[in-house]
Amino acid sequence: MSALLDFAADFLGTVATTVFDVLPILAILVVFQVVVLRRRVQNLRGIVVGFLCVLLGLALFLIGLERALFPIGETMARQLTEAAATSGAAVDWRDYTLVYAFAAAIGFAATLAAPPLLAVALKAQKVSGGAISAWGLRIAVAVGVAVGVSLGCFRIVTGTPLPWYIVAAYVVVIVQTFRASRTIIPLAYDSGGVTTSTVTVPVVAALGLGLAANVPGRSPLIDGFGLIAFASVFPIMSVLGYAAVVSLIGRLGKGGNAAGTAGSNDQTKGTELNPS
Amino acid sequence: MAIALAIGKRLRDALRDLAPIVLVIAFFQAVVLQQPFPNLGNVLVGLVCVVVGLALFIQGLESGLFPIGESIAEAFAHKGSATLLLAFALCLGFGATVAEPALIAIAAEAAEVAAEAGAIANSDEARTSYAFNLRMVVATSVGFAIVLGVLRILKGWPIHRLIITGYVLVTILTVFAPDEIVGVAYDAGGVTTSTITVPLVTALGVGLATSIKGRDPMLDGFGLIAFACGMPVIFVLAYGMVM
Repeated sequence: MSALLDFAADFLGTVATTVFDVLPILAILVVFQVVVLRRRVQNLRGIVVGFLCVLLGLALFLIGLERALFPIGETMARQLTEAAATSGAAVDWRDYTLVYAFAAAIGFAATLAAPPLLAVALKAQKVSGGAISAWGLRIAVAVGVAVGVSLGCFRIVTGTPLPWYIVAAYVVVIVQTFRASRTIIPLAYDSGGVTTSTVTVPVVAALGLGLAANVPGRSPLIDGFGLIAFASVFPIMSVLGYAAVVSLIGRLGKGGNAAGTAGSNDQTKGTELNPS
Repeated sequence: MAIALAIGKRLRDALRDLAPIVLVIAFFQAVVLQQPFPNLGNVLVGLVCVVVGLALFIQGLESGLFPIGESIAEAFAHKGSATLLLAFALCLGFGATVAEPALIAIAAEAAEVAAEAGAIANSDEARTSYAFNLRMVVATSVGFAIVLGVLRILKGWPIHRLIITGYVLVTILTVFAPDEIVGVAYDAGGVTTSTITVPLVTALGVGLATSIKGRDPMLDGFGLIAFACGMPVIFVLAYGMVM
């Protein structure tokens, strides 16, 4: 009973604070609709019900986040580092293979299931005229996130500075951009942003912070953040890379065929010429 | 009845969002670690809260906020002054980001970490104000990012030059920014673009690119998200230097 009361108090308190998080966007939309565009707000009842749903939903989500998503990330980080920390005081990055594997698995699975990514992937398929398949793109993005989060964990374990990795990734992206076709560039850049869903972000962030708290010699303040940055930059790289490979195969295929037919033409000409 | 059906569909979507994470964790717990999960009951209650909360949240957005947002974006795309359009872009980016659940969570976590490490005073007040300021800086930056993205669509600027300029700025600012803000700043970019911002901003971009002659919605409608992802990094780094 007291647990239920606690929950109710927690819930009401969260609702009271989230009102101020949701009010600005509602106020902005209504002001622009009524004052600037001078149009009536249609379906007022739907908007009021919608607003209440948003409010209750956000409060419930934030409570769930505190009770489930953050603890899950932290617990996994702790248990995985405990499993690794056997070889004495010095931190050897090779002891933490399980952590990298877990990070890659979470990154890959969560990204593949993300609905916004599906929308972007379908658009990419359309833009490229079918050369880039929606599935291929989704797998490319998921692999990008998996490699990114995994490498991010490696960075936390080794304690190497975050900017080295991110700036290096920027350089690779810039080089790839100059070699990529114009149509894929905006999509590739956007795919970095859409991968990090509301559910994935807290789990991945907690994993990083938990890792920094449990690996000896790391500080959560300096080393704990950055996993989400990895998860946002690496998909850009993998999508540009995937597009480059697809166009290369396309060109080789066409070029190879063209050369082949040209060669066989020559040969037939040659055989025709020889007898004469 | 209709709303019950709609919420049912959202529940399914939220479950699908959560399922891969739960499956991966269950696999590692059962097969690799073979350890009991502490506080399992509490965590399960929390997961139910996450699923129901996310379903309600998205259903509320779809039935209430998104339709107005889309109709305003469309109205501005077809007519109206550029100044008003840019003002709307600024407000939309700001307001959507303030309500973004992932950002609320990460800002609170960043405040917690900063307080424990002694970077800010370890009081409720200091933590709340740190988290609030961080969110305001990020929300303002997303507002400016959407303005820049709309300007790009209007003027037809190539996206990669702007992005590369952004990368260069981030690199330069990183050298001067204090170490403890760098991680939070880099993460801020990925956090901002989720549940609310992506649909509202994409509607604006695609609506604009469709209604302006010579713009391809496929090509020019995108890129707003990329700006919304990059700008917070620059702003938070700068904020860290000023603090």
